[in-house]
Amino acid sequence: MEDLSAAPAGFHLFRYAAPPQFYALAGKAVPFFAGLATILAAVGLYLGFFVAPTDAQQGEAYRIMFVHVPAAWMAMFIYVVMAGWASLGLILNTRMSAIMASALAPTGALMAFLALWTGALWGRPAWGTYWDWDARMTSTLILLFLYMGFMALHSAIDDARRADRASGVLALVGVVNVPIIYFSVQWWNSLHQGSSITLGRAPTIATPMLAAMLIMSLAFWMYCIAMALTRARAIVLERERAADWVRALAGSGT
Amino acid sequence: MNWGSWQAFWSMGGYGGYVWGAYGAVALVAAVEIVALRARLARARRALRRR
Repeated sequence: MEDLSAAPAGFHLFRYAAPPQFYALAGKAVPFFAGLATILAAVGLYLGFFVAPTDAQQGEAYRIMFVHVPAAWMAMFIYVVMAGWASLGLILNTRMSAIMASALAPTGALMAFLALWTGALWGRPAWGTYWDWDARMTSTLILLFLYMGFMALHSAIDDARRADRASGVLALVGVVNVPIIYFSVQWWNSLHQGSSITLGRAPTIATPMLAAMLIMSLAFWMYCIAMALTRARAIVLERERAADWVRALAGSGT
Repeated sequence: MNWGSWQAFWSMGGYGGYVWGAYGAVALVAAVEIVALRARLARARRALRRR
């Protein structure tokens, strides 16, 4: 057994909870994640368009899956992470936690929008309709509204710390929607198909398709990290503009 | 290799409008987010230098 109590002494994780350290570290991390996203997207698109075969039932329309599934996964995952940061901010009142929650919201909203948009364009050839008010689609639309509500509430309150708390509570309340989206295809009769991948069970799709989908998901993941970290850096500068370290930064030109 | 020609690639077996409509939206959203974020960071830095 590793002695976990010794870990914080050698590795100052909480050091990066302070904005100056976060700003510097995130600045180094963003090009790394952006580069990974680019490489993974190139590989994923190659697999998705040139290696994965035509689907026997859906023809080529199924290739929308390679962006639809990653966008939908990220929309749900980002919401959970955002709510996690928001709750940390509410409990510990740390500055970076609320900034991370605010930094994730717009990217999460875009992912929810893309999940709906690509889903509509896939639904039309697959089911004959762009939209249906079934559980999966309706709860995903609610997810988009939750992101938008979070951002609207935050920007409606002038005092940043009060805005953090109010929108943090909203983020926490809205988190119940995520398991509803995830399990909706099992709980209700839905036009939407079930999961192609379930933990602990063999995937129901062919290997090159699965590989393309997973690699595209990783690409989306890396992209979202790069975006959220960049946005968090901008928010840090906007919020801490009166702090000495930010002024020193401005002088150094970085 | 799935496609005999570029034409076949772009037509996506008749589903080109749906497939490229989906991928185009993803590309557009990513491009807009990247440009907007860069502008926001640059704006924040400019605001600091003005002080």
